[in-house]
Amino acid sequence: MIVPLGHVFLLAGLIFAMGLVCLVAHRNLIMTLIGVEVMMNAAAIAFVAAALRWQLMEGQAFVLFILAVSAAEISLGLALVVSVYRRTGSIDPDRYDILKW
Amino acid sequence: MTLYTVIFYVLAIVILGSTLLAITRRQPVHAVVYLIVAFLGTAALFFLLGAPLLAAFVVIVYAGAIMVLVLFVIMLFRLSPREFGLLSEWGPATLLGVVFLAVAVAMVFKDPGSGIVLQGAVAQPRDFGRFLFDRYWLAVEIVSILLFVALVAILQLSKTRERGGNEGEARVNPVENTSEALGPGAGQRSIISNGVKEEIQ
Repeated sequence: MIVPLGHVFLLAGLIFAMGLVCLVAHRNLIMTLIGVEVMMNAAAIAFVAAALRWQLMEGQAFVLFILAVSAAEISLGLALVVSVYRRTGSIDPDRYDILKW
Repeated sequence: MTLYTVIFYVLAIVILGSTLLAITRRQPVHAVVYLIVAFLGTAALFFLLGAPLLAAFVVIVYAGAIMVLVLFVIMLFRLSPREFGLLSEWGPATLLGVVFLAVAVAMVFKDPGSGIVLQGAVAQPRDFGRFLFDRYWLAVEIVSILLFVALVAILQLSKTRERGGNEGEARVNPVENTSEALGPGAGQRSIISNGVKEEIQ
């Protein structure tokens, strides 16, 4: 007997909305990537709660894949940020105008 | 109201509070430190919801590896926190988040299944691992290929600069921009890096 399923989903939804706001509102590429991580975390919480609700281990297996995908995503994203910082000297996406002529 | 219920709500408050603090920081280092707290809370929540192996993985991968990686990358940049504000359109962004949240909450609580109280159960690590490699071994292999592809892509991205050549033109202006934007220290650093580059060549 823990909590109703809806409360766990509500927690996951709140965390996801926070990650969404962080992703959209910041003008720092690292904060954008952090927002994506927060959203992945929310998805993982929802999956674990669903696994417990239906007493199936598939949900937990998918959380493992979410973890791997998010590790690949954050490392590749950070490498892209570093590479673009070397080219333009900034990690503010508003300053990326080297294609403008 | 059992002990587990109390623990769940305490953990929920900790996760929500530290995530809220993390997404409102302007200094990325502070955000990462708050996010480590949020991920540790998530690990405890997974343990409570009957996934001890996933709790260990979250501590190792999220709170350990990924956050340390982000911290190291932040240290590669010379940035002042004043340089970054929020976007000027942060109001609509927050409004969109709130609308999304309202719709999601309405959907969750419209569903009659949301009132079902979760029964405690634990997936033992041994059972979980056997289940995973029994039924999802192909997915595990695909994930390993995905990580390998990411590794190759990162190596390729970090190699392009050392070869120089085709991006020499593009690199001249940014160095000047950096020294203008970030003061004398950055200019000094770019001179040093140019010197090193000449030595290498």
